[in-house]
Amino acid sequence: MTLLVLLSISIVVAAAVYLSLSRDLFRVVIGLTMLGAATNLIVFAAGRFATLTPPLLTTVEDAQAAAVANPLVQALVLTAIVISFALLCFALVLGARLRAQAGNDDVKQMHATEPVAWDSVKPPELEN
Amino acid sequence: MLVLSPLLVPLFTAVLTVLLQRHQRAQQGVSIAGAVVLLLCALWLVQEVSSVGRIQLALGNWPLPFAIEFVADRLSALMVIITAVLGLGVLVYQTSIAEPASESAMLHPLLHGLLAAVGGAVLTADLFNLYVWFELMLITVLGLLVVQDGYRHTEAAFKYFALNLLGTLLFLATVAMLYGTTGQLNFSALADAAQHPELKAVIPVYVAMLMSAFLLKAAAFPLFFWLPASYHSLPAPVLALIGGLITKVGIYVLLRLMGEVFIDQPAVFYEALGWIAIATMISGVLGAAYHWDLRRILAFHIVSQIGYLLLAVALATPASGLAGVFFMVHNILAKAALFLIAGIMWQAAGHYDLRRIGGLYPARPLLAVLFLIAGFSLVGIPPSSGFWGKFLLVQESFVQGRYLWGGLALFVGVLTLYSMVKIWLEGFWKPHPQGTAVTATNRQLTPAYAVVLVLALLLLVTGLYPEPLIQYSEAATSMLWQESAP
Repeated sequence: MTLLVLLSISIVVAAAVYLSLSRDLFRVVIGLTMLGAATNLIVFAAGRFATLTPPLLTTVEDAQAAAVANPLVQALVLTAIVISFALLCFALVLGARLRAQAGNDDVKQMHATEPVAWDSVKPPELEN
Repeated sequence: MLVLSPLLVPLFTAVLTVLLQRHQRAQQGVSIAGAVVLLLCALWLVQEVSSVGRIQLALGNWPLPFAIEFVADRLSALMVIITAVLGLGVLVYQTSIAEPASESAMLHPLLHGLLAAVGGAVLTADLFNLYVWFELMLITVLGLLVVQDGYRHTEAAFKYFALNLLGTLLFLATVAMLYGTTGQLNFSALADAAQHPELKAVIPVYVAMLMSAFLLKAAAFPLFFWLPASYHSLPAPVLALIGGLITKVGIYVLLRLMGEVFIDQPAVFYEALGWIAIATMISGVLGAAYHWDLRRILAFHIVSQIGYLLLAVALATPASGLAGVFFMVHNILAKAALFLIAGIMWQAAGHYDLRRIGGLYPARPLLAVLFLIAGFSLVGIPPSSGFWGKFLLVQESFVQGRYLWGGLALFVGVLTLYSMVKIWLEGFWKPHPQGTAVTATNRQLTPAYAVVLVLALLLLVTGLYPEPLIQYSEAATSMLWQESAP
């Protein structure tokens, strides 16, 4: 089980890195979101995998003895999922607005904040 | 309750300003009132921790390693009060006409959300809670970038988003792995668990990941390029708050984690951190030397000054912690003052590009004096506050035999002087290229001048009479890198 999760996390991370290195705006957004999903899986995996025993215990010793899943990481990952979902929505809107304003979705064409220098010595002027 | 006031007051103000978004004047009033209350709470907090030393609060009445804990000690109280001073200053400055942020309905809630996030990040003693505050910081900064309507701001927000999200995700992954290994999230419980002989081998891996995440957040070499790409598109008051504060929170967390939680790390970490610090200093100051746009010069100087703070972490003694904390206070004030002065210069001369402005010395003598105070402070010319910060830091690196680091830190100071002299010569001394383009009268700039004056006075006082702040910082950092850390 652990090996399976490990494998799937690494596949997701690999895909995420590939996508976020792309020049296409939305691939970057999707890539970063997938990276967030992979991170959430890591958080989830931190609480060890146990299948059928619910984490309802009467004593502290039970928790050490029984192979139960840790409920805390489930609470943590829930928080992380909510945050990453909100960020995904924000990033999609940001990307859509950026594409509308820039007129294309190639990140290499976006020079408003870092204009291309026309002089070999002096930096370009920014708009005010 | 007092411990939580630096979060609750801004959060409450944020809610109130959301409710008042149709009444602009009332919203501004409530916003400034909230900042005043925050400052009073911060003063109270500093007074309390100065006598008690450390106030703890475990939420939910859980026993300690399980509860989410908030701790106010001298170090975090100092950060809280600086945040409060800067927050109030920025909100007052916003009422002037020196490049205020456009008064959209969400501006004030976002500013207070940012203050709450900083307050939470410096007060929390729980690693996952820290992640949540960093996310709040990220989202409020993004919000502040996009409420300024325009293509430039959207693009800056995207660049900021992509790289900072990477840092946050790395941090979250590390939190998960640390929890999976040690079963703890609380700082003091983690510090104990990290001493466990079985974990000695694996903890440094996590510490390296944490360091990478916070170095990215703090804009350290080589991952600083998101900062000059995005910061300069912000309007002057918001830029002063974000540029002064946010990267320093990354350094603060690094100082706390390295100095209090994971104190016993392999020597190669400190060695690497030191060289990263030097590279950050030099690349930042060289970037600043290239640019002619005031905001970009100052943004690159943020990067350069981050190097000094990192050097304080790399030297890893209570004395270097003292130097770092003193330098951080000085740097936040000086940096904010310079950004605010740049806003007034824009209003008075009509542009941010030094090639297009000039003649401010005869037209605005007070502004020239204020710039000299803040600029000399940044360079570290005695008797400014920057001098004491650099003196303590360089002294400590010489004491530890790190002559190269100390020497390079001094050399970077000379290059900083070059940038400040460039601003002085081009902006103040040379005549304005189009005759005089003085647009605003001084009266409309009164709040802006008042804020910069207060910041400059604070800088002067810490420069001329540094003893109280040094003593306070010494007490604040005495627990760093001690085996018996609480």
